[in-house]
Amino acid sequence: MLSAEAITKSFRAATGRLVAIDRVSLELECGARLGLVGPSGSGKSTLAQIMAMLLAPDGGAVRIDGDRVDVWGVRCRRELRHRVQLVFQAPRVAVDPRLRLGEAILEPLAASAIMPAGAEERAELLQTWAARVGLTGDLLERFPHEVSEGQLQRACLARALVVRPRYLICDELSSMLDVSTQAALLETVAAIQAERELGVLLITHDRVLADAWCGAVADIRELSTRDEAEAVAVAAQSRAGALNVLLRGGLRRATRP
Amino acid sequence: MTSLLEVEDLSVGFRTRRGVVHALSHASVTIRPGELLLVVGESGSGKTVLAHTLLALLPRNVDVSGSVRLGGQELLDLPPAELRRVRGRRMALIPQSPASSLNPVRKLGGQLLEAARARGLREKQARTRLRELLAELGLDLEFIGGRYVHQLSGGMQQRVVNAMALVGEPDIVIADEPTSGLDADLVDATAAQLREISARGASLLVITHDLRLAERLAGRLALLYASRIVEVGPTMSFFAGPAHPYGRELLRALPEREGKSIPGLAPELTALPGHCAFADRCPDRFDRCGESIPDLYPAPDGVLARCFVHAER
Repeated sequence: MLSAEAITKSFRAATGRLVAIDRVSLELECGARLGLVGPSGSGKSTLAQIMAMLLAPDGGAVRIDGDRVDVWGVRCRRELRHRVQLVFQAPRVAVDPRLRLGEAILEPLAASAIMPAGAEERAELLQTWAARVGLTGDLLERFPHEVSEGQLQRACLARALVVRPRYLICDELSSMLDVSTQAALLETVAAIQAERELGVLLITHDRVLADAWCGAVADIRELSTRDEAEAVAVAAQSRAGALNVLLRGGLRRATRP
Repeated sequence: MTSLLEVEDLSVGFRTRRGVVHALSHASVTIRPGELLLVVGESGSGKTVLAHTLLALLPRNVDVSGSVRLGGQELLDLPPAELRRVRGRRMALIPQSPASSLNPVRKLGGQLLEAARARGLREKQARTRLRELLAELGLDLEFIGGRYVHQLSGGMQQRVVNAMALVGEPDIVIADEPTSGLDADLVDATAAQLREISARGASLLVITHDLRLAERLAGRLALLYASRIVEVGPTMSFFAGPAHPYGRELLRALPEREGKSIPGLAPELTALPGHCAFADRCPDRFDRCGESIPDLYPAPDGVLARCFVHAER
């Protein structure tokens, strides 16, 4: 199980501290498909980065199969980091533009024990994963700017899976894609998830998608252990929160003429 | 009624290292005054290229043929100075990403006024006009004017670019992916604003891959696949039952319907087949589909569909 326990994270901002998430707890079981929804600015991506050990929280704990994470970022043990992989929201920004797709897929394995020593085995490993995510033909030889966003996101998926994680966090995996490409990508994730008993956390602002694809769906605003009065106070302090409150008020007026 | 915008047999090709990318092939659409036309398709189907061609925002390595007429005036061979008079005043663009299309280091007041003056308004007139427009969108010029783009929420940024597009009172507004990356609340707000723009009497061309937005905006819909218009007709007919197999399969891919993807990939735009581009992925394929490219045939409910199924009718 991958668990986040009472995670708090705030950032420095021009207007003071910005509280992104406040005592949020979440548990992801192996083999489960869990959806995480919430509006922009509610801290979904921050939580994803903390659970993937890329960002250190201010408070709370992350446990991976019982092992508590206490070092974050690149200094965290590689074996631990490999267990949880994150697919980012914007593939164009997430991939080094100077790497061909094939190189990008194998990059996370560089200097790791899983990387096959021989060139032939490497090519074979690459082909296996490329086929798995539906990248065919000369696509592996192309640079990111020469492929579509959907194809690039497929490469990012392969890149995350190549280190054989137990948990996969997909942060807005498909929000920029058309419905058919989205469905294809999610079918691929579902197949691999079932086959490898992968725990998948699907972060999205599309509630309909989350309800349709996930076994369970959590709203990040309901995961905090703080009470309502406190939440309002925090929202008033934090810029993102305040804007959300403001905006929702404004939108109701806008949508109901 | 006469057409406001007439696009006829428009083809756009980009010359690249990998050959000519046929981004748009023989597209014909018309928009009447006050009408809303949705252009829907997956990324790489040619929707944004259509918008950019109308506004002459294409790069140099491009070959354009066909005709684009606005109120009878041909736009494709217009000299730059004339074109500037059309752009912004008669035709305005709501860009894809408000955050990156506004200048990050200038306060918004200056940018809004600049846009208004470029449409021929005098300083005082411009202020009054902008104040009215922003007020209608629920914003205050004084509040917005003293701020930078990063100090506003996504919804507010969207409204600022909408105001910029509307300030010249254009006959037609082109919105390019107005909801990409927005959450549900903001999509609601954007849809409401677009409907409002349409209600003010401007024609609206909305480019989107967001089918839910399309369904809510109604109007007419043109579906693009692999650089060609494959279906065009009333939006409600499309959602009730598309005439083209691609449209039908696309709707099935919606998570609230079946969430089922279409097998295979769209053909590369550098190597488009000489037959129906959807044939290789089509469940209804028959012999003729692999032989030639179908025309747009009339289907029920005033729909035109590029599929041989409708040829025999």
